[in-house]
Amino acid sequence: MALVASAGPLLQWSWISSQSGTILSLLVQHIELTAIAVGVGLAISLPLGIAAWRLPALRTPLVGFTGLLYVIPSVALMAMLAPLTGFFSVTTAEVALVSYTLLILVRNTVAGLASVPEDAHEAARGMGYTQLEELFRVQLPLALPSVLAGLRVATVTTVGLVNVTAFIGQGGLGQLIIQGFGEDFNTPIVVGLVLSVLLAGVADALLVGLEHAVLPWRRAGAGGA
Amino acid sequence: MNFLSQVATFFSTGSNWTGSNGIVALCLEQAKLSAVAVLAAVIAGVTAGSVLGHSGKGSFAVVNAANAARAIPSFALLTLVAIQPAIVRLQEGGFITAAFTMFALAVPPILTNAYAGVRDIDPAVRSAALAMGMTPGQLLRRVELPLALPLVMAGIRTAAVEVVATATLAAYVGVSDLGTYIFTGLDTRNNVETFSGALLVAALALMVDLVLAAAARGLTPVGLRGPSWSWRHGTAMALATLRPR
Repeated sequence: MALVASAGPLLQWSWISSQSGTILSLLVQHIELTAIAVGVGLAISLPLGIAAWRLPALRTPLVGFTGLLYVIPSVALMAMLAPLTGFFSVTTAEVALVSYTLLILVRNTVAGLASVPEDAHEAARGMGYTQLEELFRVQLPLALPSVLAGLRVATVTTVGLVNVTAFIGQGGLGQLIIQGFGEDFNTPIVVGLVLSVLLAGVADALLVGLEHAVLPWRRAGAGGA
Repeated sequence: MNFLSQVATFFSTGSNWTGSNGIVALCLEQAKLSAVAVLAAVIAGVTAGSVLGHSGKGSFAVVNAANAARAIPSFALLTLVAIQPAIVRLQEGGFITAAFTMFALAVPPILTNAYAGVRDIDPAVRSAALAMGMTPGQLLRRVELPLALPLVMAGIRTAAVEVVATATLAAYVGVSDLGTYIFTGLDTRNNVETFSGALLVAALALMVDLVLAAAARGLTPVGLRGPSWSWRHGTAMALATLRPR
């Protein structure tokens, strides 16, 4: 027998039940960090997406810039932000998380708006809609499937990335991962991993539900596609 | 400007570049780790993906599993592997852990892209190749893979950028790569070191992306290049499957 400390069983149920309070509060923190990031990301991306769609000159620099952000690793981005927004602050975590939602949300908003059929545009004009009315009543609703598809990808990605913010003192479930690694103890890591994957799955399922709720015409017309 | 001038001093100090903890050594370690993981993933992913795309058997399950695997946080997998006694015993445990995790991270995008690339080939092209007397192996090697190459390369590019980015985390399990600057800097609240490390990682990731974009262009059969397959189009394809890490 080698004299190496065991990392314990993959799941030690007694630890889980004794730590259930902590686990729950970390899960809640994880959900909060994700929700704020995706919410703020959407609030920034919708106007940016509308602007990029209206002014094609903006499109290339905007997609280029958000694409550049995508290539920067999350730990590196947070580390670069830290001197500006505080080493262990929520702001640093959120700025990084929001940055990563921008590419997919802006791109899908533009794609959704660009796919609005010309007929719909002409019908709206014929009905006497102003540009603003047309945007809110015709174009944005028709772009919604694409925006929601982007929202799903952004949410699932953010759930995973929140774990990494544990390095700057945030992290939700990521804190369990750091704890498990620090203590050579499997259970916290497995709990963090499993809950993180489950959370991504549940969030995705909820957004699919939202898709069905706000796009009833799709459900009826597309036959469940 | 004071902060940026400190960063400039970090990069212009010769002793920061040399030695076992110098920029060059750490950069090479990150590149070595990434190369090992991506090469292994290319072999496994392209083989499995093209065979699945060719035969179509069991592909639904495998492709779905590959997509689901992408929801696993790489950071969790990395630490979990790192603390297993069998790994802790090894001298190069950190490197092996990181290489394995990066491999697991790189296979799904390569596999799904290779699968999609081979599957979506015009059936008429297949029939023509078979009618010319090609064996299934020849069909795969000489017709299907070359035609699938743009998508295969996009998958490899996605995987490589993700791996280079995630390799930063390897410093957390004891590999001395560019992540070392970031983690040491965060621990000691040394803004300059952290920021410089982050700059280096971002530069390396961008470089890998650009080099692979050029390679993809060079390797694509001339007939497929045309005006419709531009560098920008390649970027868009790669980003479509890329996830931040």
